[in-house]
Parts: sequence; structure tokens; C-alpha cells
Amino acid sequence: MKQIFNYFYHTEDLTRDLDGLLLSVARALGLPDWTAVAVEVLGVILMICVFLALMALFLVYLERKAAGRFQLRYGPNRVGPFGLLQTIADAMKLFFKEDIVPTNADKLIYKAAPAFCFGSAFIALAFVPWSINVAPVDLNVGILFYTAITSLAVLGLLMAGWGSNSKWSLLGGIRAGAQIISYELSASLAILVIIIFSGTLQISEIIESQREGWWIWRGHLPAVIAFILFIIAGTAETNRTPFDLPEAEAELTAGYHTEYSGIRFAMFFLSEFLFMFLVCAIAATLFLGGWMPFYIGGLDGFNAVMSWIPPVVWFFGKTGFLIFVLMWFRWTFPRMRIDQLMRLEWKVLMPIGLLNLLLASIVALSRLYIFSA
Amino acid sequence: MSYTGKIVNGGWSLLQGMWLTLKYITNPKTIITQEYPDNRETLKMFDRFRGKLIFVFDEESGKPKCIACSMCNTACPNASIELEGEKDPETKKRYPTKYVWHSGQCTYCGLCVEACPTDALKFTGKYENAVYDRAELDIDLLNSKDKG
Repeated sequence: MKQIFNYFYHTEDLTRDLDGLLLSVARALGLPDWTAVAVEVLGVILMICVFLALMALFLVYLERKAAGRFQLRYGPNRVGPFGLLQTIADAMKLFFKEDIVPTNADKLIYKAAPAFCFGSAFIALAFVPWSINVAPVDLNVGILFYTAITSLAVLGLLMAGWGSNSKWSLLGGIRAGAQIISYELSASLAILVIIIFSGTLQISEIIESQREGWWIWRGHLPAVIAFILFIIAGTAETNRTPFDLPEAEAELTAGYHTEYSGIRFAMFFLSEFLFMFLVCAIAATLFLGGWMPFYIGGLDGFNAVMSWIPPVVWFFGKTGFLIFVLMWFRWTFPRMRIDQLMRLEWKVLMPIGLLNLLLASIVALSRLYIFSA
Repeated sequence: MSYTGKIVNGGWSLLQGMWLTLKYITNPKTIITQEYPDNRETLKMFDRFRGKLIFVFDEESGKPKCIACSMCNTACPNASIELEGEKDPETKKRYPTKYVWHSGQCTYCGLCVEACPTDALKFTGKYENAVYDRAELDIDLLNSKDKG
């Protein structure tokens, strides 16, 4: 019992013991060592798959519930207690729905598009650090790889737009392309600020660099500006309101996924929610310390109290809060026009991002951090 | 307005919007959804709601206030009122002998209620007016169960 309790706080022990256990089982059965690794890899993939599906379902429920309350409604409250089973019912419906492929669609591109979207979300999830030493992949260029992989999703949207052979889809796809290429800039400029502060691209080391205080406090002004930039750009990259121009149901019926139905539509839908989770998880990791508790450098007593809350709870608390903020944005702000969208990025966010990078460099060079004991 | 002024102004207005929606989500009393039909016992329509039409009867004599002047019939844009009247030889006043409201044709415009010189017609808040047979839509207001 005490051991389980310990694993909760020191997840690095959990992964180490799990490795040892699998290896000893493999050796006892007379199998080569690589079978243990293979089993572990498959297990992690399975865990991510299950987690992915459950989380997406729950996020859809949460989104609808929050939408209801923001708009003076109840939200889903008929299927199951508090409407909890609503999204499961919806998912069942989508599974059994007919998969319609338009006659003149480019069949291969049309069918591959949802897989691209879903796949890139799936790969990017491998970089999320859930807890101490619990990240499926911890590359030394992790954050760079994350930005590259998430940008791949727009290829899926462009393919969906082109392959559907529909003007709504094409316009939606083109808009998605223009939007992501534009907002990737300010997102990268915001990430660069943290890279300058922490001096590394490895996600685990970025978290480790926040042991004396999260970057949003320690980095003060440049970090706060970078955080706001990252949240705005993240909202735009996940195509959520007020930046949901690729879908824009008032103008483009449903944008790039107009022609999709059934399980293929569900894949687009789920990947949208997964990307929302990813953006929030990465924002929490870079700016709010990921699984790192709220430490203040030098105050050991205070830090000891904060350590009582397990790292997993910290991670999900921060990510959950950011997800709520994104939902809050979505149900408060009206959608922008395409020219306003471009003006916001190229005339406002990018100049601010560049100036902020300069400011951050000055702060980093002169070590003007707060809480650095 | 200057460049920075626009950014600050825009950001401030967004924050105001978020403050309003935050008040909505944190206060369950702001929900305006009526959970019909769960609340059909307590759900009350507002005063000016145009529901089912009824006849107003005189409190003392128990007779309808209607004087069978046909002004409602004339005012009705789609002839949904059918009435006949007679003259009382004693009081020399007209009274209705037949008053049928064809609610299936009615658009609930309220012109009959406005036209009535004696306020003998009244809208109620009764909104569950669906029936299984079309004939049930022709309502005899003189002998109707609903009285005002």
C-alpha cells in the first residue's frame, strides 16, 4: 500500500520498476530481452489509445456542458446522470452511421485525410510529460518535434478540403492552411522565449528548469506576454472559435469536413479535441511547470507543503484549467473575419512576439529572473 | 485610435465579455431554460401570451358578455369565427346563440380581442392545444369547459 502511495509521488520509480519487472519476466520465460521492450511499447500504445478515446469523449461532454452554462442553458442532462453518457451515445451513433464518399471525390486523398489529422495528434501525444519521467518519448529536440508534428495536421485539413470535391471544403481547407502557417509563427516565437530561458529543447529539462518557480513567474513580463501569445496562437492552430474560420458554419456549412460522415467525421472531431488537450498540456508544461508543483526558490517549508500534491494532479490541474480557458474563449468571443484574422497575426501578434523575444534575450542574458536563489 | 490604443481597447472589451460569461457559468440561477414537460405543473405563461381563446361571462348573471355584434368576425383575417345571435325581446339586447371558434384556421393574431367592444373575448395562457381529431379544433366557446 505504501509502495503504491510512493509510486503516486515518485513516478520515476514506477517506470523503473515496471521495466525491471517486464525484463525479469522475459528472462524467466527464456525470451530475449527485446520482447520485454516490445511488450512495454505495445502496452504504452494501448494505454495512450484508451486514454485518447476516453479523454476525447469526456472533453466533448465538458465542452457541451460548459457551452450550455455559458449560454444560460443546462447543456446535456438527459442521457445518464448529468448527461454523462451523452457523448458515448453520440459516439455509438457515429460508429454505425453510413460512411458516404462523394462520387467525384479524390478517393485516396479523401479517405487518408482524417487519418493524417488523427495520426498527428496521436504522435504528438507521445511528447506529453504526464508526470516525473512518465513521457512515452523524451527527445533532446522534443519541443521542436512537437511543433513539427502538430503542423502536420493541417495537411490532413488541406487534403480533406481538396479531396472532397466541394467548394465549401476547399475554401475551408485553404483557410486552415493560411491560418496555421500564420499562427505557427507567433506560437514558435512564444516557445522560443522559454527555450531561451531554459536553454534546452528537451521537454523534461524544460520542466526541470522550473524547479525554482514556473517560468510565468520567474520570467515575469516576457514570459507572461509569451504565454498570452501562445494561448492565442494555440486557439488559432486548433481551429477553435474565435478562429474557427476553416469550419465557419455560417459561411462554409462545415468547412473542410462538410462531406464527411460517420466514423471519418468522428476522427476529425476527436482530433480537434485532442489538439486542444495537446496545446493546453504543452502550454502548461512550458509556462506553468508541467507536473512541477508550485515551488518558490529558497522557501523550503513552502515547497515541502506543495510537494504533498502529487505531480500527476498538478499536471492535470494546470492542463484542465487551460482547457477551461479555451472553452471560455470559445463561448464568449464572436468569430473573426478572414482579413481580421490575418491582420491580428501579421500586424499585432508577430511584431509583439519579435519584440518580446528581444526583451526575453535581454532578461536571459542579464539573469533578471525572479525567485532565483 | 492609435495602434496600441486599439490593442488595449480590444483586449479590455474581450475581458469584459469573459467577465460576463464567467458570471453566467458560476451562477446557476442565470439558467433560463424551461424544462418542459417536466415542469408543466408549475410553468406559467406570461400575461400577454396568446394561447387558447375563451369567452368572458358576466359575473352576476352568468351570461356571456358578448352582444353578437359580429365585429370580431369582421376583424378576423381568415374567417375563423362563426357566430349567430338573437335579440332578447324583453331587454332589447342581442345575445349569441352560436359561437364557434375554428382554431385550426386561427393565426392567433388577436384582432378579434382588440375589436370586441365589450371585452367578451380573452386569450388564456393555455398552450397545449394539440388534438387527435381535426373536428376537435372547432371549439364552441358558448359551451366550452374553459371559462374566464
